[in-house]
Amino acid sequence: MKDQVELVSGNRAVASGALDAGCRMYFGYPITPQTEIAEYMSAVLPEMNGVFLQAESELAAINMVYGAAGAGRRVMTTSSSPGISLMMEGLSYLATAELPCVIVNVMRGGPGLGNIAPAQGDYFQAVKGGGHGDYRTPVLAPWSVQEIYDLTRTAFDLADRWRNPVFILFDGLLGTMMEPLRTREPIPERAAPSWATTGIFAHGANDRAPRSIYTLHMPEGALTEVNRRLQAKYREIAREEVRYDEHFTGDAEILVVAYGSVARSALQAVRVARQQGRKVGLFRPVSLWPFPEEALHALSEKVRKILVAEMSSGQMLEDVRLAAAPSCKIDFLGAMGGELIYPGTILSRLQEE
Amino acid sequence: MAVLFSRPQSLTDTPFRYCPGCHHGLAHRLVAEALDELNLREKAVGIASVGCSVYTNEFFNCDTQQAAHGRAPAVATAVKRARPECFVFTYQGDGDLASIGMAETIHAAARGENISIIFINNACYGMTGGQMAPTTLPEQKTTTSPLGREAAREGNPVDMMKLLDALEGPAYLSRVVLTSPGKQAAAKKSILRAFRAQMKGLGFSLVEILSACPSNWRMTPVEALHYVDEVMAKYYPPGEVRVAKEVLEG
Ligand SMILES: Cc1ncc(C[n+]2csc(CCOP(=O)(O)OP(=O)(O)O)c2C)c(N)n1
Ligand code: SF4
Ligand SMILES: [Mg+2]
Repeated sequence: MKDQVELVSGNRAVASGALDAGCRMYFGYPITPQTEIAEYMSAVLPEMNGVFLQAESELAAINMVYGAAGAGRRVMTTSSSPGISLMMEGLSYLATAELPCVIVNVMRGGPGLGNIAPAQGDYFQAVKGGGHGDYRTPVLAPWSVQEIYDLTRTAFDLADRWRNPVFILFDGLLGTMMEPLRTREPIPERAAPSWATTGIFAHGANDRAPRSIYTLHMPEGALTEVNRRLQAKYREIAREEVRYDEHFTGDAEILVVAYGSVARSALQAVRVARQQGRKVGLFRPVSLWPFPEEALHALSEKVRKILVAEMSSGQMLEDVRLAAAPSCKIDFLGAMGGELIYPGTILSRLQEE
Repeated sequence: MAVLFSRPQSLTDTPFRYCPGCHHGLAHRLVAEALDELNLREKAVGIASVGCSVYTNEFFNCDTQQAAHGRAPAVATAVKRARPECFVFTYQGDGDLASIGMAETIHAAARGENISIIFINNACYGMTGGQMAPTTLPEQKTTTSPLGREAAREGNPVDMMKLLDALEGPAYLSRVVLTSPGKQAAAKKSILRAFRAQMKGLGFSLVEILSACPSNWRMTPVEALHYVDEVMAKYYPPGEVRVAKEVLEG
């Protein structure tokens, strides 16, 4: 199994990443363009002594994730935009109870039932909260099948390290396209953490005190205290878990900022523009929260202009504006409703300069 | 000196915070006694729901999780599948189980999840101040059916026993009342049977407890007892609805 290269879709890579990270519990509800993940899990998990359960809805699925995570198991759910919306109450509970889990959103066109074409319109929902209350979840945004696999494995480790739900966000284009994938040595599922509700008798600890997973904090000041602790944790995550990727930024005068599949179009455009002698570069946020604001700020002081390319009306654009130096000009190239952003479109914008 | 009556081990020392005459406390005690008698406390994971019993996690002396409103059966499903060696039960009100969580209830039952549910039917939303629930009786006045529930206006009540009895998944279904010591003993017998169903791996079990909510019914505790017996129990007849034969064996 070691160092095996397979030709698989992004959806399959999520499943493989989760399994190789020792995840043996999956709950989900069918929705295009990611149902393939559930189908694959339903075929392989029973053979691995794992649990696949097709939930009655995404509401049920996310609350099953809560139960399994609370019981100390590695657990994942996957869905696409409308289904993720249904999970938002549950996500807020997961974040408050500090339960590690991985949630994958293979984004499709919205709002509403929208369509099933690739889109990036769920950035706000994933990055700024989505559910109620002051909580945060790390959001990882891969741009290739290989990175989907790698970041899925990373997501489980981040979830455990920070006792927090972790989001993986990419669009249906990455979910359904096939690329070579090199998998790594699988690891077994980790043992139940020391806070998990495993039953008092578990592991011979017959006399331990009962454990409780809860999110109601009614005594005066209790919820403020919980919030303070959570915010302190979020500040630490923001310091330690920033991820990004740069191409041709050394001498760049114009910087394209894009994530996920759009960053692939952007890199293609940047390469061609470079061949034409233009000093352009690409900055790709990999963690959307925490947003790589310091690195982007530093670059924004050197470049003349930033072009944000994004398959939405301008959601990440707001974070770029917050991060960039005030002197830096910021342009936007958007697409909505399942329209793609092709390398040629980005290239012509770069050639306008 | 022989101890004839003491606090069940499966209850913590935390005092209940229920209204006078409320049946939640009685129901807790019966559940705790059943856990004690079957030696389940150390294996148990109890799932609290949202309603007056939201603090169940503080009262039961076992591992607990507090679920979002209505989602306890989904949470319990996953806990049981995550830890099949655990004993998993939920404790839910009628708003929680029969309204917002209806889908989770029906599907956990239909799948025959090997979990046990204690269902407290007090014909209203107790915690939020006595609004109409799906189980609110015909003509019953609540803060959101102030003229008394009328089918043409507020719709008809839901009888969970009838609904659940239509499914293959349940191994044990029973409805009980707590209005006399004898009926409490019978209720405990039902809870024990429900728990045994899970211990034997027979599938879904549920005990519906018709419960008094004197505060929101605007009644004295004694009036509320009569209301349970004379009005509620007439509309929702107590009794065992489903008993898989293996429940009684051994
Ligand atoms: C999603 C959501 N909607 C509404 C509420 C408000 N709420 C809290 S308890 C409750 C009703 C509980 O009634 P029931 O389940 O019958 O329990 P009881 O208090 O009667 O025991 C409601 C509507 C909530 N907490 N969450
Ligand atoms: S409001 Fe009703 S259900 Fe709630 S504690 Fe009081 S009597 Fe019990
Ligand atoms: Mg109620």
